Amino acid sequence: MIVKRNELTWFERLYLPALVGGLKVTARHFFNNITGKTKVTQQYPEEPTKVLPGYRGAPYLVRDQDGATKCVSCQLCEFICPPKAIRMTPPGAAGQPADRPNAEKMPKEFEINMLRCIFCGLCQEVCPEEAIFLKSDFSLTGLARGEMVYNKEKLLALGGTHGGVQKWKHKLEEAKEQETFPVKV
Amino acid sequence: MAWLDSLTPQAQFAFFTMLKIACVLGPLLTLVAYAVLAERKVSALIQDRVGPNRVSLPLIGGIPVIGPFLTKLGFWHPLVDGVKSFIKEDFTPAHVRKIYFWLAPAIALVPAFLVIAVIPFGSTLGSQKMVIADLNVGILYTFGIVSLGVYGIVLAGYAANSKFPFLGGIRSSAQMISYELAMGMSVVPVFLVVGDLNLSKIIEHQAHNGWNVFPLFGGGFSLQTLLLVPCGMLSFTIFFVAAFAETNRLPFDLPESESELVGGYHTEYSSMKFGMFFIGEYANMFAGAAMMTTLFFGGWTLPFFGLDQAADSVWKGLLHIGIFMAKMFAFMGIFIWVRWMLPRFRYDQLMDLGWRRLIPLALANIILTAAVLALTDR
Repeated sequence: MIVKRNELTWFERLYLPALVGGLKVTARHFFNNITGKTKVTQQYPEEPTKVLPGYRGAPYLVRDQDGATKCVSCQLCEFICPPKAIRMTPPGAAGQPADRPNAEKMPKEFEINMLRCIFCGLCQEVCPEEAIFLKSDFSLTGLARGEMVYNKEKLLALGGTHGGVQKWKHKLEEAKEQETFPVKV
Repeated sequence: MAWLDSLTPQAQFAFFTMLKIACVLGPLLTLVAYAVLAERKVSALIQDRVGPNRVSLPLIGGIPVIGPFLTKLGFWHPLVDGVKSFIKEDFTPAHVRKIYFWLAPAIALVPAFLVIAVIPFGSTLGSQKMVIADLNVGILYTFGIVSLGVYGIVLAGYAANSKFPFLGGIRSSAQMISYELAMGMSVVPVFLVVGDLNLSKIIEHQAHNGWNVFPLFGGGFSLQTLLLVPCGMLSFTIFFVAAFAETNRLPFDLPESESELVGGYHTEYSSMKFGMFFIGEYANMFAGAAMMTTLFFGGWTLPFFGLDQAADSVWKGLLHIGIFMAKMFAFMGIFIWVRWMLPRFRYDQLMDLGWRRLIPLALANIILTAAVLALTDR
């Protein structure tokens, strides 16, 4: 392709129209900026970032409405975790039972290494108990590598409560009603 | 003030000169620091950014409204920049020519300050004229000193003993010498009109006969003032362009060219040695702005409210200094504004503009002005 280059007129060759044009552009940007018309970079630490629903932040463990640990130590999340960031210690045969009735067990220790975590959300997806969720935290900091391994206590504290179906509790209630069913009549 | 009167006139002169030097140099260095801040902030605003807004001082930052506002303005950045410049490692590369390497920043810095000496920055305060050295060869001295400024840069380019600084030094020698010619010739019409080289006399003339850039402004209407308008405008335009080239500002920053020559002549410099080049550059800008104000824009005068007469009270004297500063700041603003307007010239375009456009134009302007002055009477 041949670009046609027009001869500049004598007026254009004075540089003046280009000068004035340039001054106009820069002045416009300047005044738009000081009057606040220009959208400038968000000043992050001073202006907190809005996190939209569905954002995949750090994975935390949650408690149910009654404040009990929802995790039943099935280890599915540990198995699926692509970077192997989750390490779970099951209670074992003589371990502490779950802190709610009817649930079989809860993990003795549950660690997520936030330095390894890739925030993929597979643990949340695979969890049959709705016990682990990717929350909205995105700026995790620590002064040492050890600090970045979050243990069960910390994960539960950060995760807060998550409502929803309490299936072990309902099963227990159902079983109780089964026992009392004929007497009712 | 009895002890002052007991001094000999020579000692009094020396005392007041020293005092004036201190009173000019201190604020000038502060202004240089804040010119750097203004440059950064205005550049940011032009480029749709926020600019420096981090530094906050412990006590002042705690004052409601004012503290955060000053922080947002970046008011304390010059302070921190200065401290940083001093405490950074002052690295001297092994391959440099040491003596010249150490000498160059000083040579770049000194002429910029020396130029300020002859500029009348106000009328009078008490019995003292507000100019450090009221030389009768004022402008010749200025051009002499300004032409020394190139040595600092050339020497820095040579001393660094590596490719990029060397190229920067070579470019600056060619550029600054070319534009000095145009600059010198562009002010000849001013001296034809005024008939004196003393800068105080030039301001006095402008107070009576209108600003040199536009003699109808303050000069009253006559055939001669009307005909001198294009001469003054042309003269100022050439001086203005040459001033950009002399101070290595965009679009004439070929000696520095950070995008192609890394940093040009100051590539190898760090810490306060680099800081001295920086201060020199901005002091040069102030000197250029002050020269333009004095030569073309009536210096400390304004043609209203009797402000074109020498001050008879301290307040009026201070007001005159204020007027001078305001004009100077306006030019500094234009310096910064223009920076983001034009891309850098190519080397041949630079030479073409200097030698084939500005110098012939300046020569023609001299003849034109001489003809106007010869053929018309005031």
